[in-house]
Amino acid sequence: MDLTRLTISEALEKIKNKEISIIELVRSYLKQIENLNKTIGAYITVCREDCERMGPILQEKLDCGENIPLAGIPMALSDNIITRGVLTTCASKMLHNFIPQYDSTVNEKLRHSGAILLGKLNMDEFSIGSSNENSYFGPVKNPWDPERVPGGSCGGAAAAVAANMACFALGSDACGSVRQPSSFCGVVGLKPTYGLISRYGLIAFASSLEQIGPITRTVEDCAIVLNAIAGYDPKDSTSANIKHPDYTAFLKDNIKGLKIGLPKEYIEKGLQKEIKQKLCEALTVFESMGAVVEEISIPMTKYAIPAYYIIASAEASSNLARYDGIRYGYRAEDCESLEELYKKTRSEGFGFEVKRTIMLGAYFISRNCYDSYYKKALKVRRLISEDFKKAFNDIDVIITPTVPKTAFKTGRKDDPIQMCMSNIYTVSANLAGLCAISIPHGTDCNGLPVGLQLIGKPFDEGTLIRAAYAFEKNT
Amino acid sequence: MKDLKEKLMEYEVVIGLEVHAELTTNSKIYCNCATRFGGEPNTRCCPVCTGMPGALPVLNKKVVEYAVKAGLATNCSITRYSRQDRKNYFYPDLPKAYQTSQQDRPLCTNGYLEIEVDGLLKKVGIHRIHIEEDAGKLIHNESGNNTLIDYNRCGVPLIEIVTRPELNSSAEVKVFIEKLKAILEYTEVSDCKMQEGSLRVDINLSVRPKGESTLGNRTEIKNLNSISAIVRAIEYEAKRQIDEVKKGRKIIQETRRWDDEKGVSFPMREKNETVDYRFFPEPDLCPIIIDEAWLNEIKSSVPELPDERKNRIIAEYKLPEYDANFITGSKTLADYFEKAACKSKNPKAISNWLMGDLSKKLKENNVEITNIPVTPENLAKLVEFIDSGVISGKIAKQVFEIMWVTSGDPAEIIENKGLRVINDADEIRKVVIKVFEENPKAIEDIRKGKEKSIGFLIGQVMRKTNGKAAPDIANQLIRKELDRYFDS
Ligand SMILES: [Zn+2]
Repeated sequence: MDLTRLTISEALEKIKNKEISIIELVRSYLKQIENLNKTIGAYITVCREDCERMGPILQEKLDCGENIPLAGIPMALSDNIITRGVLTTCASKMLHNFIPQYDSTVNEKLRHSGAILLGKLNMDEFSIGSSNENSYFGPVKNPWDPERVPGGSCGGAAAAVAANMACFALGSDACGSVRQPSSFCGVVGLKPTYGLISRYGLIAFASSLEQIGPITRTVEDCAIVLNAIAGYDPKDSTSANIKHPDYTAFLKDNIKGLKIGLPKEYIEKGLQKEIKQKLCEALTVFESMGAVVEEISIPMTKYAIPAYYIIASAEASSNLARYDGIRYGYRAEDCESLEELYKKTRSEGFGFEVKRTIMLGAYFISRNCYDSYYKKALKVRRLISEDFKKAFNDIDVIITPTVPKTAFKTGRKDDPIQMCMSNIYTVSANLAGLCAISIPHGTDCNGLPVGLQLIGKPFDEGTLIRAAYAFEKNT
Repeated sequence: MKDLKEKLMEYEVVIGLEVHAELTTNSKIYCNCATRFGGEPNTRCCPVCTGMPGALPVLNKKVVEYAVKAGLATNCSITRYSRQDRKNYFYPDLPKAYQTSQQDRPLCTNGYLEIEVDGLLKKVGIHRIHIEEDAGKLIHNESGNNTLIDYNRCGVPLIEIVTRPELNSSAEVKVFIEKLKAILEYTEVSDCKMQEGSLRVDINLSVRPKGESTLGNRTEIKNLNSISAIVRAIEYEAKRQIDEVKKGRKIIQETRRWDDEKGVSFPMREKNETVDYRFFPEPDLCPIIIDEAWLNEIKSSVPELPDERKNRIIAEYKLPEYDANFITGSKTLADYFEKAACKSKNPKAISNWLMGDLSKKLKENNVEITNIPVTPENLAKLVEFIDSGVISGKIAKQVFEIMWVTSGDPAEIIENKGLRVINDADEIRKVVIKVFEENPKAIEDIRKGKEKSIGFLIGQVMRKTNGKAAPDIANQLIRKELDRYFDS
C-alpha cells in the first residue's frame, strides 16, 4: 500500500486503528520526496530529522489516549510562512540563510494539532509570479507534465500535494496564488475570507489582499485543515474576532435549492474552449443535484487586474523595504558606505520580478501618482466589492472557471501581462474580501487538470465546502 | 542684543514647532515590550518592534487614549475615524524601513494654547497631534570604526504636536513649550524629560519684512533638547536669516543642526523638493474608531490643567498671580505646594520657600521635587515655627539646611540643636550687659550721636546667642540699657 495516497481522513483512520504507525506514514512521504523532488523541485527544505524525532513522540502521545486532531499527518508549508528554527527563505537569495527565532500562528496551530512539518515549499520569490519560475532555488515543475508550470506563486505547495509529496500544504493567496496552482495541478485549494486565518508569521507581500489557505487532495481534507488553522489571533489586527463553525459539519451531499450565480463577464473572450465546456458540464451537475443557476453581472470585473496590480505592488514595495542587509539575510560585501550597502544588497539579493514590482509599487504611491493610481485602485476595489455584495443578495455562491487556460509551458515568465491574465477569475475574491475554492474537474485534451472555482460570501466557507463536497461526490 | 532688537524692528520672525513627546505608557505602541528608558542594548525588543519578516503590529489602546488626552487638553477636535499610515524611508535605525505614523487623518486637529508674554495674551494654533513610533538609536563606535544599533527605543510611542507658524520670538516659544510641557505632565501623557530625549523640539523658522503676509523660505532645526538650546538656536537663526536677507541673499530651504556648545547652526542635509515618503494607509492596522463612550471615558480622565489649577490656587490660597504661575508651571511643584499649604496657615510663606531656597536647592543638586528629603509636611511645620516666633527667619534657614541633609522633623532639629528663640528678657539682659561691658567704644560713639552703632550692639547680642535672641526684645533691652547708661 502506498501510504502517500491516503487522504488526511483515511490516514487518521488507519493510524487510529493501528493499521499504520505515524513513523511509517512520515517515512513514506520522506521517501516520496527523495524520489521526486529532483524532478519536481517542490521543496526548498526538508526537515528529515525533525520528522524522525516527532513521529515517535506523537505516536506515544496518541497511544496514551491524548486527543490530537491531526496526529502524525505529514504536511508542508510554503516558504513564506515563518517556521521557528527552520530555514524560511521566501524563495529569495535575500533570505537564503534566514532561520527565524519565532513562529507563525498557523505553524503553531498545526504543531499543536499534531501535524508534522515535512519541510518548506518552493514558490515564486516573495510571492511574486504566477508560474513558480521566479525562485532563487529553481523552478517547480508540474507533476502532470514537467514541461509545464505548476502555477504560482505557491507552485511548490500545489505540486507537492498533487505528487503525494505532502498530505496537505499551506500557501498564501493574494490574487489566486493558492487557487491557480491548485487548478493547474488538479488539487483542492481554498482562499479563505480575509481575516479568517491569522497572517502573523506570513512574510508579507500584499498585506491587504493575502490570506493563508490550505491545498489538499479532497474537499473533506480542506475542511479538516481549515478547522485546524482558522480563528481569531490577537497578534494579527486584521484577523476577525468571530467564532467559526466546524467546517466538517458542511460535508453533506445535499445542495438542494442552492442558488448559484454565473457572472456573464467571466465567460466572454479568452476562455479556453474545453474549460468553457467543463463549466457547462459543472452547471449541469449542480442543477441535477437541485441547485438553481442564475446569470449575474459583475461589471467592474475588467478593472480587477489593474487595480490588484497597483495595490499589491504598492504594498509590496513597502513590505519588502526592510530587506536591507543590516540585520539578517543576504548582505552585499565590500561596501564603502551605507547607501552602497543598501543598493548592492537589494540589487543582488532580489530577483528581477521582485525588483520590477518594487519599482512599480514605489511609483504608484509616489506623491505625484498617488491620486491617479493608488487612490483610483482603491476606488475600483470598493466598487468591485459592491458589485459582489449586490450579487450575493440573490445567490449563495458564484461559479467560475478557476483559470482561463490549463497549465502553460515553462519559459513564458517574461510576459507579465500573460501571467496576470491567468488570475483574471481569482483576483476579485481577494479584492472583495470573499472566500473562494478551486476544485478539480477532470482534464483537458492534453490530460491537464481543469479547475472549477466557487466564490462565497465573507466567512461563508461552510457553503463553499458544502457545494464543493457535493460536486466532488457527484463527478 | 541691541543690534538684534533693531533688526527685529524691521523684520518679523515666524516660527512653527514640531514637538515630539514620548508617551509614558508601560509598553510600546505595537508590541508588549517595555518602554522604560535605558536598559542593556537590544534587550527590550521582539520580532514586532524590530520589524522581523512576518511579524505584525497590534495597536496599544493606551497610546490612543494618551494622544486624545493631549488633544483634549490643548483644545483640539478629536478625529472619530482616524487612520495610520506608513512613512517610507531607509535608515538603519528604522528596521521596517517605514515608520508607522499618521498622515491624512491624525487623531487630533485644530487646537490652540493660550500663552502670556510680557503681559500680552496670545493664542497659538495647534495644527495637529498624531501618534507614531520612535526609531532605534545608532551608536557610533569610534574605536572600532563601525556603527552599532540599539533597538530598545524602537516602537516607543510618540505624539507629534505640530503648531501653526504663529510664534514670533524666542520668548514666545519658551513660554509655549513650558506651557505645553506642563500640560503633558499634568495629563501624565509624557514625563517630558528633555535631557533623556522624551521631549524633542524641531523649529521651523523664517523671516519676512514686517507687514508682509507671505511666508519666507524656512529652515528647520532638528532635535533640540533643552529650552535654553531652543532659545539660543532661535536667536542665532533669526539673526542669521535677517543678515542674509539684508545682504540680498535668498534663504535656502534646508535642515540645520544646532551645535549648542559652539552656539552655531550649520546645514545638515538639503531638504530639496524630491524627498517623498510615499505615505499610504498601513494595511496591517485597522482604522481607529473613537466612539462616544470611549471619548467620554478619555474626557473624564483629563485632570485639572495648569490654568485651572492656577486660578484655583489663587482663589483657595490667596496667592499672588506671579506665585501661582510659578508653582503651577510644574505639576510636581504644584502637588508639593498643595500638600504643604493645606497644612499651613501661611500658604504665601510656603510659596516663598518654593520659589526661593527650595528651588535653589533643586537646581544645585539637580534633583526632582518628588525626590527630596524635605517633605511638604515638614516644610509646613517649619513655616509654622517661624510664624509663631519659635525660631527666627534666619535660624529657619539653618533648620532647612539640616532638614535637607537629614530629612528630619524641624521640631526635633530645633530642640536637639537648641535653636529656639530666647524670649526670656532676663536671659537676654545678661547678654546685653556683657556686650556693654565689652564694647565701651561703641557706647561712647552712640553718646556722640553715632546711632548706627546700636545696630552693632544688636549684632553682638545675636552673635552671643547664636542668633536665637528675640530681636525685638534685644532691641528694647539695649535701648533701655543705653538710657540707664547715659543717665548715670
Ligand atoms: Zn517589541
